Amino acid sequence: MHQAALLGGMIHDASHYGWKVAQPPHDWGKMAEAVQNHVKSLNWGHRVQLQDRKVKYFNFKASFVNPHMVCGVSKGGEETLLSADHIVIATGGRPRYPTHIEGALEYGITSDDIFWLKESPGKTLVVGASYVALECAGFLTGLGLDTTVMIRSVPLRAFDQQMASLVTEHMAVHGTRILRGCTPLRVERLSDGRLQVTWVDLASDKKDTGTFDTVLWAVGRVPETRGLNLEKAGVRTNPNTQKILVDAQEATSVPHIYAIGDVAEGRPELTPTAIMAGRLLAQRLCSRSSDLMDYDNVPTTVFTPLEYGCVGLSEEEAVARHGEERVEVYHAYYKPLEFVVPERDASQCYIKMVCLREPPQLVLGLHFLGPNAGEVTQGFALGIKCGASYQHVMRTVGIHPTCAEEVAKLRISKRSGLDPTVTGC
Amino acid sequence: VRGVSVPRSPPGRRARLSTPGTSRLSSAAREELRRRLLGLIEGHRVVIFSKSYCPHSARVKELFSSLGVDCNILELDQVDDGASVQEVLSEITNQRTVPSIFVNKVHVGGCDRTFQAHQSGVLQKLLQEDPTYDYDLIVIGGGSGGLSCAQEAAALGRRVMVLDLVVPSPQGTSWGVAGTCVNVGCVPKKLMHQAALLGQALTDSRKFGWECSQQVKHNWETMTEAIQKHVGSLNRSYQRALREKAVAYVNSYGEFVEHHKIKATNGKGQETYYTAAKFVIATGERPRYLGIQGDKEYCITSDDLFSLPYCPGATLVVGASSVALECAGFLAGLGLEVTVMVSSQLLRGFDQEMAEKVASSMQQLGVRFLRKFVPVELQQLEKGSPGKLKVVAKSTEGTEMIEGLYNTVLLAIGRDSCTKKIGLEKIGVKVNEKTGKIPVNDVEQSSVPYVYAVGDVVEGQTELTPVAVQAGRLLARRLFGGRLEKVTGTVQLVQKLSSLYKEEPVKRRSPWTPTLASLLQVYHTLFWPLEWTVACRDSNTCYAKIICSKLDNDRVIGFHVLGPKAGEITQGFAAAMKCGLTKQLLDDTIGIHPTCAQVFTTLETTKSSGLDITQKGC
Repeated sequence: MHQAALLGGMIHDASHYGWKVAQPPHDWGKMAEAVQNHVKSLNWGHRVQLQDRKVKYFNFKASFVNPHMVCGVSKGGEETLLSADHIVIATGGRPRYPTHIEGALEYGITSDDIFWLKESPGKTLVVGASYVALECAGFLTGLGLDTTVMIRSVPLRAFDQQMASLVTEHMAVHGTRILRGCTPLRVERLSDGRLQVTWVDLASDKKDTGTFDTVLWAVGRVPETRGLNLEKAGVRTNPNTQKILVDAQEATSVPHIYAIGDVAEGRPELTPTAIMAGRLLAQRLCSRSSDLMDYDNVPTTVFTPLEYGCVGLSEEEAVARHGEERVEVYHAYYKPLEFVVPERDASQCYIKMVCLREPPQLVLGLHFLGPNAGEVTQGFALGIKCGASYQHVMRTVGIHPTCAEEVAKLRISKRSGLDPTVTGC
Repeated sequence: VRGVSVPRSPPGRRARLSTPGTSRLSSAAREELRRRLLGLIEGHRVVIFSKSYCPHSARVKELFSSLGVDCNILELDQVDDGASVQEVLSEITNQRTVPSIFVNKVHVGGCDRTFQAHQSGVLQKLLQEDPTYDYDLIVIGGGSGGLSCAQEAAALGRRVMVLDLVVPSPQGTSWGVAGTCVNVGCVPKKLMHQAALLGQALTDSRKFGWECSQQVKHNWETMTEAIQKHVGSLNRSYQRALREKAVAYVNSYGEFVEHHKIKATNGKGQETYYTAAKFVIATGERPRYLGIQGDKEYCITSDDLFSLPYCPGATLVVGASSVALECAGFLAGLGLEVTVMVSSQLLRGFDQEMAEKVASSMQQLGVRFLRKFVPVELQQLEKGSPGKLKVVAKSTEGTEMIEGLYNTVLLAIGRDSCTKKIGLEKIGVKVNEKTGKIPVNDVEQSSVPYVYAVGDVVEGQTELTPVAVQAGRLLARRLFGGRLEKVTGTVQLVQKLSSLYKEEPVKRRSPWTPTLASLLQVYHTLFWPLEWTVACRDSNTCYAKIICSKLDNDRVIGFHVLGPKAGEITQGFAAAMKCGLTKQLLDDTIGIHPTCAQVFTTLETTKSSGLDITQKGC
């Protein structure tokens, strides 16, 4: 859906590049169907793969009976008992509903629903400050919908905060309405079927209302641990987060029971980390290798309209760990070449590389805000894994003209106070 | 030691003479020593770095003595920090051995080069009393390499001039400052490529729910105007930068007339003469013509295409270079009928498997390839914008002749160095007669010590803008003393790296091919970008491949990707390869989901296994 929104931007650009096209309307139903068809084909692919590799797949809801036995309940209510030497819990999480808010559960939807809507959500209020909230608000705006994001405190909390504010600034400039420091009080259905949301501005304590077609909650996710009867197996969870406590081997408090992915405490909630952790666990269980999953320097990208890719430490985290005097930040505001012809605003296209100050200036983190951020960040993530220094990156010849080459041209340090705007070629 | 005060290392930092090459200097001490050495070199007419027992040093000293020239000699074996001096000296000159001779701030070289310079008369010229020149540096050519060198030298406080005049193409196309990249290369090319990609995006967008009309037409003039507007703004920003840095930019054609002296001829034919202590040749290259009748009259090149005032229509692209394929690709993407005529290999120097895949992806776009043909005859059937041309081509393998009608013929058969008409022979700068390129040593110095070259005119240099920019900047810093750590040896690194694109180099070029091939492991896969799935684009076009050296811990020595955003993807991996990327590290790195780049973190299939790598569609 992000891609669909990007294509909307490209259609706009296209006229500047000589294509005789006016901005067309968008058909949500057609997009949703195409996206859903692809997802269904992926589901099918996974099923076939399991079959090919002779994995038994049961469409059951499972819960523990004892440390070695699980009871599976089928859709029809039939129970099956299964036992195993090793058990892996990978039940993931589901979006959280703020049940204390009146009407939240009845009238709101979550990211579990948005991709499966057959019709356009219309004017939408997205509540939350997570990347899920910003990504959804971003593509809804891009598809031409009137979209508001309500953020209680700071956006993208665990991310670099300078980058986070540039992300939201870009969204605001490009049509997403952002309500900061506000929290919803109740949701009511009006007689015309629309939803009236009442919220409070936390600073002024003033109340306000607005009418929307859809309210999307993106206020966090809850791990799926409650229905598992973990206490019967003796698996311990963190009472605050309900996530399962694990060690470096991914083992829970019960040595032959493991937990991976979003359900495990302290793990990044990212697909590729879950995949890799699962693979490595399987290799250890089968004595094929003793390698542990390395959760440091996990690269990721937030697919907001202007994408934000990052790997390693945020500037705040680097300063907290090493002290301000020992950290050097190189940065640049740059303009992607493809932006110039359609005269797109590049005010938020920004890169920063957080390094140790002492030579050879080891790279601690890279933050990239701009088009194709995911593609750009992946390779540099490897560089950081290889122990890249600032000098290494500077000695890499740029690929001209790309956005990624700007990373290899970062010469202005924040400390110098010089203007970091890139000019010329 | 005669006549010099020896730079001393700080206490406790004394380098041992017996351990050359191991750096024991702190960066501050190194910087200080470097500064002192440069002061020594700049402050004296002749400086010889020598060792008292070295016979070659003795010969050089005798030579200067016979010329009656007083020299400042530093005997490295007789000073405490001789090893450090030698180390820093080698960073300045890239010459590790003694003797090392400087005459009037110019590094002449070692014993042999000094005697050669004496024989050719260059040494005497360098020795001439009190050389007061108009400029410290004159750069001939205002492209990427020349401008970066000029600006850096000016930033270091030198008096710098740039001579830059674009000789119009045979079709009469001309342009402003900043050379090929900005005016008739990377920049307009990428923008036309983007225009073509947007055409594809329009098609895709219908699948994503945008209700675009089925037949969207493209307007060539709108596109070229927009592109030229941007190029114009870049020209102006370069001129502003040159003014701000007080570089004298002269819109004239430079030609050597004698040592240290150049004639500058402007567009009106007025001549002015300038002198300088040092010169940098950065004249670049221009497209080559076929050498058959009518080629210059009827054909266009990449010099003309980006500002062509009319849509070229059905186009024949002659050539197999990246320029040829890029132009053919975007012209086809804009909806034109495009034919590519290739005499032999596609994308010579690149991985040939990738080259063939590029060609077949272009065929899918509707580009027609005529392989193993060369044009032998051109005939204009109609004039106009565009007109109509008949092209007769001959097979390179037999006697077969073919004919075709086109609106435009675009030549992209290679580029020739602009070294012929700049008076290089007058001062004895050696040029490779075959290639027209200037051979330089590893510090960009030509056969004449005070003349340097950067960019595409340099023999063996990779013809890429960032390489020229970096080489130019580093050259200026070496010549006029900038910060130390960025100066050493970087240009070689630069060249090594740009072979990243070229591929399986070891396999192809080594004399031990059979054994070496077995020392390589190639991992590869086809992949289907997520954004292509919904758009129902082909699931087996995009391809990823890495080449690892089994001997070296499965180190990644080649990286290839064919697919969308290839440039953006490749950059970071290039940086990682500089840091010793291995297959294990790729496997250990977490992918960014969903991207194309992540495919490199999950490569499992080796080419030697012969296993199927095709991706299943829906």
